[in-house]
Amino acid sequence: MSELPKARIATASLAGCFGCHMAILDIDERLIDLMQLVDVDRSPLTDKKRFTQRCDIGIIEGGCCNEENVHVLHDFRRNCDVLIALGQCAIMGGLPAMRNAIMHSDAPLRECLDEAYITGKYIRNTTHNVPNDPALPLLLDEVYPCSQVVEIDYQIPGCAPSGDIIFDTLSKLLTGKFRGFERDMIKFD
Amino acid sequence: MENGHKTGNGVSTAICGTEPVPAEEIDAICAQFGNDKHRMLDILRDVQDRYRCIAPATMDHIAAATGLTRIEVEGVASFYSFLSLTPKGRITIRLCDDIVDRFSGLSEVACAFEEVLGVKVGETSNDGAFSLEYTPCIGMCDQAPAAMVNDIVLTKLTPETARSAAQALKAGQRPEQLISERFEALTPTERALHMVDNNIRHAGEVLLAPVPEDAGLAKAATITPTQIISAIEESGLRGCGGAGFTTGRKWRFAASERAEKHFVICNADEGEPGTFKDRVLLTERPHLLIEGMTIAARAVGAREGILYLRGEYVYLRELLQQVLEERRRRGLLGTDILGVKGFDFDIRLQLGAGAYICGEEGALISSCEGLPGEPKTRPPFPVNRGYLGYPTVVNNVETFCHAARILDKGAAWFNAMGLEGSHGTKLFSVCGDCLNPGIYELPYGHTVWELLAMVGGEDAAAVQVGGPSGTMIARDSFHRKLTFDDLATGGAIIVFNGECNVLEIVEYYMSFFVHESCGYCTPCRVGNVFLQKAIQKFRKGLANPEDIDYLKDLSGTIIETSRCGLGMTSPNPVLTTLKNFPLVYSAVIKPSKDGIRDTFDIQSAIDGARKIAKRRSYIFDKDFTQ
Repeated sequence: MSELPKARIATASLAGCFGCHMAILDIDERLIDLMQLVDVDRSPLTDKKRFTQRCDIGIIEGGCCNEENVHVLHDFRRNCDVLIALGQCAIMGGLPAMRNAIMHSDAPLRECLDEAYITGKYIRNTTHNVPNDPALPLLLDEVYPCSQVVEIDYQIPGCAPSGDIIFDTLSKLLTGKFRGFERDMIKFD
Repeated sequence: MENGHKTGNGVSTAICGTEPVPAEEIDAICAQFGNDKHRMLDILRDVQDRYRCIAPATMDHIAAATGLTRIEVEGVASFYSFLSLTPKGRITIRLCDDIVDRFSGLSEVACAFEEVLGVKVGETSNDGAFSLEYTPCIGMCDQAPAAMVNDIVLTKLTPETARSAAQALKAGQRPEQLISERFEALTPTERALHMVDNNIRHAGEVLLAPVPEDAGLAKAATITPTQIISAIEESGLRGCGGAGFTTGRKWRFAASERAEKHFVICNADEGEPGTFKDRVLLTERPHLLIEGMTIAARAVGAREGILYLRGEYVYLRELLQQVLEERRRRGLLGTDILGVKGFDFDIRLQLGAGAYICGEEGALISSCEGLPGEPKTRPPFPVNRGYLGYPTVVNNVETFCHAARILDKGAAWFNAMGLEGSHGTKLFSVCGDCLNPGIYELPYGHTVWELLAMVGGEDAAAVQVGGPSGTMIARDSFHRKLTFDDLATGGAIIVFNGECNVLEIVEYYMSFFVHESCGYCTPCRVGNVFLQKAIQKFRKGLANPEDIDYLKDLSGTIIETSRCGLGMTSPNPVLTTLKNFPLVYSAVIKPSKDGIRDTFDIQSAIDGARKIAKRRSYIFDKDFTQ
């Protein structure tokens, strides 16, 4: 490895399942190689909640389903030179975006919350209320892919993306050699 | 063949959905069409006219009578915009919502109707008397704004005439009385001409000059089918509907196909916004059209033909039926035409029901077969397996008229007009910002400048050649020629002056394609919606430079992956304006601030949740309590 100054990366999980972050760990022992190239700033992996300085790369898992997601995503866009959407939820909205399908309703969000907390057949909610703690961020009218909220520079597909594609893409980006994905890495059948 | 039609007025006014429609009446309608499932569109049109809707119970009856399942009947009933599953008013007013009408004061006219009738556009009055709605181009762009009132057409509307028409209707006048107090006494041709001016501004040599009666047919009867096809081939005639396929070749393919039956279909489903040339031919030259169809029938060996008339031209139905009747009486249709043994041919009039896609030949055939107007997979082509699986020639109204004239005057006469590759004359229907909108019959090869000088539109800033699926050009391209090889057109020329907003026009045309996509291919059904949304972004000033690439990419995908001509041409308004009006787009794009998208509005995104939670956003709202 060359003696380049280390790049700084940051990661966040928005409306995702944390699977993409688990997939980052699937890089396995190559993490040691990767750590030669980067320092990790704000990330659940370091448990740093704020940016300590500007980062070269931000990695986003999950789309935006609530206002806090939007806030974090804005923060990442402002503090990172390159922003990567990691996995289907960040790219397309993914599973959480299923609620966007409630469209022939006058109050889709209300219908969604009622079904999830009150009227759903398999709900065991003794309070019969929709949670409304002031600390809970407000939900958005629908779930948005990251690219609709901020500009995204790269998208790494997969649910979850493999450790290989994450390692390959990151190491190529860091050395300026990224020219698109190898076909076998984005062939899922 | 018999169409046996009664108009909806003055017959039963049972309000469907609330009162059951008597089963025997429905059975009678089905029986009138031989309980034939291929006549489903006629059956449903009749039911719609009489009861103002096609109710669920009615569909069950029709399904039983024609041997179909209920869902097949519903598939047809729900496809066409002139058929309705919920009750429509006894008088349905359809305002033509073309861009030309919009620029000619449509919104004021709509307000006048709304005010007097007490319903909004898209609504039906509570007493079931009136429905008011918008419909895409009804082929009256030279006399916009226009509207259909049941089967009657009103043109050159102003807020004042709209108001008085609405008041008269409200006072109980029948729609026909809006046209003339002695409507009943008029002949079908007089009725049509009372409603609609044909605005023939320039008559060319072939179609609109005085035409001898049935001279071409007389000639055709004396020569062999092969000779007829050779004459058409030598003339260089190409289809006038837009695609420009060589007519002679089409006929030769169909004739060489061995089959029990052949069919000839005339495509009078002139739906391309801004096109109204066929309307004029159908009114002024109906005999020439039928003559041409009869010649085609002799050429390919067809004994049956269909004239597919767009639903918007229902006001021409009586006229055309009378022409067919008259020709049957004179031995020009029926058996042994002109005394030639075995020269048998007759034509059925098939009315459409408000679907642009039915102008596509496969969709048109589906529609004639009583199916939803969905295009068919090609190959097989209609000349090989078309209507009901038999070899079928489908040609435009103008093409048949040309064919009849070619037989009369000879292939060389026709071939000498126009330019190489584009022979003969063409009808141009010109509308928009010009002094003399109307019909111009000209040889191929005139430049756009020459045409504009003729129509009094020299100050045009943009010209839409060939309707939305054609090409929008700017002044720097007005030297281009109107031919198949340069600027191809089915006839529509829409002139826009410098006050028109190009992006508004593009957005309108995209909304038209969104409305008219049959929905079969996802790239067309969904892609056109995305294109329209993207153009809205440009209009709001929220577009980024990269959105230009998005428009191009998405357009490319729609064109490449759609099955029929609609999807293959629907991105044209976007692509041709990107090419010819690049400054319009670059003037409104701006890079986004710090990579944050302006199109995403957090306030409207959290508004619903704010109301449900009954609290402010701790991140995005100021705390006014402090």
